[in-house]
Amino acid sequence: MLNQIGNYSLYIALISSILIIFQSPILLNKKSINVSGRIFSLISIQSLMVIISFITLIIAFINSDFSNETVYNNSHTSKPLFYKISGTWGNHEGSLLLWLLVLTIFLFIFTITSKNLSNKYRILTLFFQEIIILGFLLFILFTSNPFMNLFPIPNEGTGLNPILQDPALAIHPPILYLGYVGTSIIFSSSLAALMSGSVNKTWAKHIKNWVLISWIFLSIGILLGSIWAYYELGWGGFWFWDPVENVSLMPWFCLTALFHTILILEKREIFHSWAVILSITTFSLSMSGTFLVRSGILNSIHTFANDPSRGVFILCFLFMLITLSIFIYFFYQNKIKNNYIQTYIVSRETAVLVNNLFMMFFLSVVLIGTVYPIFLEVLNNDKISVGPPFYHKLIVPFMIPFLIFMAIGPNLNWIKDKISKINLQQFLFFILSIIVSFIFLKKIGVTYLFSLPLFIASFFLFFITIKDFSVKKTNLSQKISHFGFSLFVLSVLVNGVLAKEYSSNMRVGDERKFLNKTIKFESLKINENKNYQSLEANFKITDKNNSINLKPEIRVYNQPQTITSEADIESTLYSDNFLVFNILKNDGFYNVRYQIKPFMIWIWISVILISFGGILSIVKKNG
Amino acid sequence: MVKNVKLIAVIFIIILSFFILLKGLNKTNNYSPDLNSSKIDFNFKAKFLYSNKESTLYKLIDDKDFSIINIWASWCLPCREEHAYLLNLKSLNKFNIIGINYKDDEINAKKFIKELGNPYSKIVIDPTGVNSIELGAYGVPETLLINNKSKTILKKYIGPLDDEKFAEIKMIIENEN
Repeated sequence: MLNQIGNYSLYIALISSILIIFQSPILLNKKSINVSGRIFSLISIQSLMVIISFITLIIAFINSDFSNETVYNNSHTSKPLFYKISGTWGNHEGSLLLWLLVLTIFLFIFTITSKNLSNKYRILTLFFQEIIILGFLLFILFTSNPFMNLFPIPNEGTGLNPILQDPALAIHPPILYLGYVGTSIIFSSSLAALMSGSVNKTWAKHIKNWVLISWIFLSIGILLGSIWAYYELGWGGFWFWDPVENVSLMPWFCLTALFHTILILEKREIFHSWAVILSITTFSLSMSGTFLVRSGILNSIHTFANDPSRGVFILCFLFMLITLSIFIYFFYQNKIKNNYIQTYIVSRETAVLVNNLFMMFFLSVVLIGTVYPIFLEVLNNDKISVGPPFYHKLIVPFMIPFLIFMAIGPNLNWIKDKISKINLQQFLFFILSIIVSFIFLKKIGVTYLFSLPLFIASFFLFFITIKDFSVKKTNLSQKISHFGFSLFVLSVLVNGVLAKEYSSNMRVGDERKFLNKTIKFESLKINENKNYQSLEANFKITDKNNSINLKPEIRVYNQPQTITSEADIESTLYSDNFLVFNILKNDGFYNVRYQIKPFMIWIWISVILISFGGILSIVKKNG
Repeated sequence: MVKNVKLIAVIFIIILSFFILLKGLNKTNNYSPDLNSSKIDFNFKAKFLYSNKESTLYKLIDDKDFSIINIWASWCLPCREEHAYLLNLKSLNKFNIIGINYKDDEINAKKFIKELGNPYSKIVIDPTGVNSIELGAYGVPETLLINNKSKTILKKYIGPLDDEKFAEIKMIIENEN
């Protein structure tokens, strides 16, 4: 019954999509005054239908309706309600339905918030957006339908992967998708603006909100995934350069560059083409991300689909969209007004251009690192894997000039500024950061020559962004985001040089010495929970002044049978104490890994600050 | 002119990456055990599902020309899907189908057979999965077509049987006769 409702509502959405696509060109020539009327009602029906089908799937999950194949494969009656619901998007079919849901809702919001813009631009945006929606609808209905019947009806489901049963991860996909899908609106509207010849101030002003919204959701989505990986996967870090992480980072670089470009476009009416190219690239990267993750071409925990036909579908669809957008770009390029405004080297425009250059550089590094292994395997049959050293070696040196430019850039005036102004105040801060970095590195005993300029640059940015709070010229949201970023870089660096790790095999009662601390394995007990059994250890870590207890767990989930290690983390403002243990084969011994991670919490806080800057900017504008 | 060159260059790069990715898709990321040795070890011992006796796989192979070994489990959803094909294969009456029940609960396995029918002439159990791995299996379901005389694997199917694979099995058998 539920399956039918879900299926039919998806088909109705499909029909509305086709109707809109065929009606838009007609309406385009009619010069009617607004889009409301038929198209608007079709969009409303479509959103409603997709919402209904999504709710249907949630209900099927809540009721553990195993006549639905997706529910059977990903749920179990003994699962807590919260994870039954989050199981809806914790699988291939459901997550695509979520993509579609966000797509249609965003389009609906776009339609009602763009009423004061030109008719042609709105209809064209709708048209492109509907093509994307149609693609996803076909993909869902014909290769990954979440409403497949299963007969005979099984009594019990196979369960949700336990490592996915986690609060941070339950909301991570929806948030990330909001970011990904937001870029589709940017894509459609930039193509529409290009075709209707309205890539200008007004467009920039309108699309800026969407860029910001996508950027905020993407940032928070990445943060949540990263936090989850930190305490659930137990690798003890916040970023692993895993292909799937990279895939979410690439649109982020692009969006960041786009946002800065849009600001310039709005103020100075330059960089029109560049803004359009960035919009197209951002969305292409989001889609490629979906392709790389969902097709199974990359091996990772996010890979659900292993059916090649699904991969081929997304691949064809993705390249069709890219090719379409490139043709449109080349044919309508002339419509862009080219006003050659003279720009000066020392100006805010140049600073943003430099920001863009760096963003594109970082983007290329990550893109090559992620895609190169795939290409190489196809062309040469070589299997290689690109690890953190590659990214660190290529990105870290370029961080130094990037950070210095970031400190100077926002203080420059538009159009033209004087170099002498930069020298005065900032030079003093630069001297200060040299002194601070030198003392800091001396104290902790790091002797690599390379660390010094890196620390100088990041302290410099840190001081300047703090100082900027006292300057009235720029807006508060920008200050917060930039300060957040400087805090982020600094925390990552400090974390990198000061992190300590100890690993050993221990039995209950054992004691180990590490630095000036004693680690004692005090006890072990078994807890029974609703859908898992847990082995809870109690470790006591003592140093001169105080002692803490850490209680990591090993969980044995029953459906499907999986063993996971839950790290216990004691977070303070200065550092995290991270402890995780694993079962070893020989009886009684456990592998224990203890890490001290300084300033870990500041990494999370700084990313929250970065996103908060964006949120503030939106609230302020609309409030 | 410059514009056209740019367009062609971009389109060329796009088409190139499209085909590379398309080809990449068809490459399997899964590790599959080496199949170079088509001779298999028929001497491993295993217990029957429906009795407590033990037998070697060697003894299970009869005087017909072919056998089919199917590795399955009650917890495996694709096994449920391919079951109908196994029943059809049985109705061809050309060979015996030997089932290896992989890492399963015996009660569930019996329930599964009771519910969907029994295509197997014999079912042995492999609670640890070791025997199946020695046969070269890496997951369930998996189906091996065996030439009884030469004791070699003629064909190995990873994943559930479907129309195509079913037709292929029929064809191989008819050609050999």
